[in-house]
Amino acid sequence: MSLAIGFLVKRSGMLSLIQDAGRFGAFNIGLTNGGPMDLGAFQWANRLCANELNATAIEMTIGGLALTAQLNSTIAVTGSNMPLSINGQVKELWRSYHVKAGDVIELGFATQGLRSYLAVADGFTITESFGSTATVCRENVGGLTGGKLKTGDVLPCANQNRTKNLILPDKLRPKFSDEVILHTVPSYQQKHFSSHQQRLFFSSEYTISKNFDRMGYRLNGKKISCDIDGVLSEGICHGAVQIPADGQPIVLMNDRQTIGGYPKIGAVSSVDTAMLGQLSQGCKVRFEPISMEQAHNLFHLNLSRFNRIQLDICD
Amino acid sequence: MLTETPSAHINIHIAGENALMLYFSKQASSDVSAKVQQAERLIRHAMNDYLSTDIIDLVSSYASLMVIFNLTTTDHHQIRYKLRIILQNLDEFSKVDGDAVQAELVELPVYYALESGPDLTIIAKRAKLSVDQVIDIHQAQEYRVYAIGFAPGFAYLGEVDERIAAPRLSTPRMKVPKGAVAIADKQTAVYPNVSPGGWNIIGLCPIDMFDATSSPIMPVKVGDKVKFKAITKSEFLSLGGELPQAIETIL
Repeated sequence: MSLAIGFLVKRSGMLSLIQDAGRFGAFNIGLTNGGPMDLGAFQWANRLCANELNATAIEMTIGGLALTAQLNSTIAVTGSNMPLSINGQVKELWRSYHVKAGDVIELGFATQGLRSYLAVADGFTITESFGSTATVCRENVGGLTGGKLKTGDVLPCANQNRTKNLILPDKLRPKFSDEVILHTVPSYQQKHFSSHQQRLFFSSEYTISKNFDRMGYRLNGKKISCDIDGVLSEGICHGAVQIPADGQPIVLMNDRQTIGGYPKIGAVSSVDTAMLGQLSQGCKVRFEPISMEQAHNLFHLNLSRFNRIQLDICD
Repeated sequence: MLTETPSAHINIHIAGENALMLYFSKQASSDVSAKVQQAERLIRHAMNDYLSTDIIDLVSSYASLMVIFNLTTTDHHQIRYKLRIILQNLDEFSKVDGDAVQAELVELPVYYALESGPDLTIIAKRAKLSVDQVIDIHQAQEYRVYAIGFAPGFAYLGEVDERIAAPRLSTPRMKVPKGAVAIADKQTAVYPNVSPGGWNIIGLCPIDMFDATSSPIMPVKVGDKVKFKAITKSEFLSLGGELPQAIETIL
């Protein structure tokens, strides 16, 4: 038995998962990526704790997590607007706080956005499975035991006594909307969708259905038809938009199956899948076609903006 | 342009912002699969060397290879160019590919019975064969491992004899038991774990198809051959097999 201490899960919340940046290099045994649905918010949580960007943190969906610190550390919460309190006192998101052994950290429920990230100084110390700590429940891989956090779990980390905190200025924090444009590179079986069907797809509004999770977001809206039923099973990339026989698009996300045979019309840029991961049932999306070069520009603009922003120091 | 031709047989298409698809053929065959595996080996070799920061991961399947690249260090033009150079000698390489001999023949024991394979009767009825004939046909041949994916340890095996090929169930089962040996069209597979699934179940295999704590993690790899061998119920149980409470029957 490990005697490691860190943070004790007092209340597990709706869906709280140990995540690092994701699992790469294990597709050949059928393991998917996992990792944070909103990579940007995850990386901000780590930057606010002065961590490496892929340090292990907690992804909280909807909210409700409560932790008791068993040692001194620094924490930061970013992402959706889950109310944060430490020992019953309301605290801000997008900044770090010192916590002492015995402090109780509680999160309420998000009303804007869906997922938040809680990072601690130096990250949680979790044994890697296949090169990553990312939890994929469907595969029973990663995290403490391959599943979501449970009451009574202990998340080990290092004792830290830091003197300074970091804050992301208010005007630089991401804003969450219920409507998102998904910039999409036409790809895969695009040519098997007639130009009329492609115009329909790229000009219609879609609603997030009740079937959305870390594996994929099933949408409701204009039915899109393809002139083939399927293809030989092939690799599915992050953000791929699959059109099954019912014509309702599914955007495949972090926990997607690694290969599949439904026709795909394109793939959503990673900047936009991060925003999609903050949406839930009833939110609206539109697809907008972009070239591979435009997708690369979006990626690099987002990256350079992230790197350029300097955090302020606070008490 | 979405398509280029690095060698006479490979088309490179865009998959996503950091992913390219290499298509080797429109049809699955063991020759095509062997070519995909050779290409994967060549690329992995380069990934261990000068492409270690540029290429992140590969997904090989029946007739395609997906290449995931690192957008912070490279772009799709560079990757296409490098893939063309790596694969320009694929045909010559195929002839002298030393790694190819690593393919193994793996025998997997199966308890074929109505209690372990509730869809045997449906397949037999459709094929106008007896249940025993269906079982004999299933274990008569060697199958190639074409792809691993969908779920951890799920190996797609082909090709199933035409006579016992069976379409997916119109309503997938909520719970396919671990070890279920199943058929979908001309593919067969062993479910590595309990999962939902629409394949026709014809038996149960007591061997773990995915065990994170063992080495190797999987008893098979892409390119291997698999042969099924019928065992009795007591052999199944003594090999560690467990009969599920009941397998949902589909009417």
